[in-house]
Amino acid sequence: MQRFSALSVIAKALGSNKGWQAQWRDASPKSRYDVIIVGGGGHGLATAYYLAKEHGIRNVAILEKGWIGGGNTGRNTTIIRSNYLFEESAAMYDHAVKLWEGLSQDLNYNVMFSPRGVLMLAHNIHDIQVFKRHVHANRLAGVDNEWLTPQECKDFCPPLNIDASTMRYPVLGGALQRRGGTARHDAVAWGYARAASALGVDVIQNCEVTAIRRGANGAVIGVDTTRGPIEAGKVGVVAAGNTSVVMAMAGLRMPLESYPLQALVSEPLKPIVPCVVMSNTIHAYISQSDKGELVIGAGTDAYTSYTQRGGLHIANHTLDAICDLFPEFRRVRMLRSWGGIVDVTPDRSPIVAKTAVPGLYVNCGWGTGGFKATPGSGNLFAHTIARDEPHPINAPFTIERFRDGVLIDEAAAAAVAH
Amino acid sequence: MLLITCPYCGPRPELEFRYAGEAHVVRAETPSEIGADEWGAFLYTRANPRGLHAERWRHIHGCARFFNALRDTRTDFFEATYEVGQPRPSGTEENKPALSGDNVGTWSGESAR
Repeated sequence: MQRFSALSVIAKALGSNKGWQAQWRDASPKSRYDVIIVGGGGHGLATAYYLAKEHGIRNVAILEKGWIGGGNTGRNTTIIRSNYLFEESAAMYDHAVKLWEGLSQDLNYNVMFSPRGVLMLAHNIHDIQVFKRHVHANRLAGVDNEWLTPQECKDFCPPLNIDASTMRYPVLGGALQRRGGTARHDAVAWGYARAASALGVDVIQNCEVTAIRRGANGAVIGVDTTRGPIEAGKVGVVAAGNTSVVMAMAGLRMPLESYPLQALVSEPLKPIVPCVVMSNTIHAYISQSDKGELVIGAGTDAYTSYTQRGGLHIANHTLDAICDLFPEFRRVRMLRSWGGIVDVTPDRSPIVAKTAVPGLYVNCGWGTGGFKATPGSGNLFAHTIARDEPHPINAPFTIERFRDGVLIDEAAAAAVAH
Repeated sequence: MLLITCPYCGPRPELEFRYAGEAHVVRAETPSEIGADEWGAFLYTRANPRGLHAERWRHIHGCARFFNALRDTRTDFFEATYEVGQPRPSGTEENKPALSGDNVGTWSGESAR
């Protein structure tokens, strides 16, 4: 792997940028691997990277039916935060934030992590009570979060409208996590692919898994793909919206439903929104990319679907809220909208766990908030696969919690109505 | 936006409706005799097929009645809508997820229900 440094960039620039190598090997499948990761999104790529780096398992393949980072990794709104209500969730997401903070150095790839602060707005007395509870719970859990008055919100994010006389739902305050922010989602996928490939992992694109093979004792022995059968002792499924479909190949029913989640971006503007602003109550979330586009997330559609699109009225509803918070954006044009398919669990917390099938592991159910967890999710899932037991942080996130009633109910605690 | 045909009121825009999850979920006749696995599956596990899905909708801004529908989750195309209490339209398969793309396969877990 060619390492990036100021010197190498300058030297290559002087040479007309000739001589750069491919960022990762576009591998063809071998007949056998120690571990197969199904799904080449951020979580799957991170899993393979940490398997190789921290657990020494380098005979690993990532099987991606399309191209890496072409699913939800490239469709999200790139927001990173860890101010979840429950201890289990806060520990999980904060594990990820700590990895985000050193990720560019770790991967030798600029993922453009930008801890510009995530401001969650309160619009009624209930919001105030819930957010203050969040602030206190987070501080007890060692996660930074603080309460701001409306004027402090305005000072932190100057374009924000806090004039109660003009708003249907006035801003009554906000919870701010300063360590939260954004990162470049494509760079996350590319950086992990490059670093994993350098450690020996095969990143195999255009290779769709069509069946999961099991031996006489029921354990996983490999997969069938559109590029032929591949043997493996362990298979980790990280297929986001398609998890139910892949796990059904092993005869497992998952407590998941897949919904379209939409996002949209505006034409590029000069820097105006200095942080991430989100609001549960009126459903808005917005940040500005380094390219200048306003990145806006809508809610999930009401019905399950695999169409990777959604109803325009959902996006419109979010834009209503954005225009209430930022009246000056009313004449901004939207350039693109799209949908990703998110797998949602009944308690809105993920599943990162072993399954009842020996050798089969699953990382799913991240719902509307998977991007922020990418490094932590991969790190913990790699631990689970390598040691055949969960890390203490992801131990509560089992499938069996839906049988035993030990739910981690973030449905009301997450930032987005779903 | 989807155009949904309420069996009582006719075709209406999606905004008049509320989605209400999988259809034909049957509660055990003797709830006290089933175990934790079955209860967990009944409460939390739903069909999530990539393909035809039997589901409930409610026409909240119209007749306010629940009805069932068969919709293809790959296209959002409604194959049929029908009244509650009627069986799934004949000629359509039970809820089965496609294994891959348009290649509909079998699902071993479904037969247990």
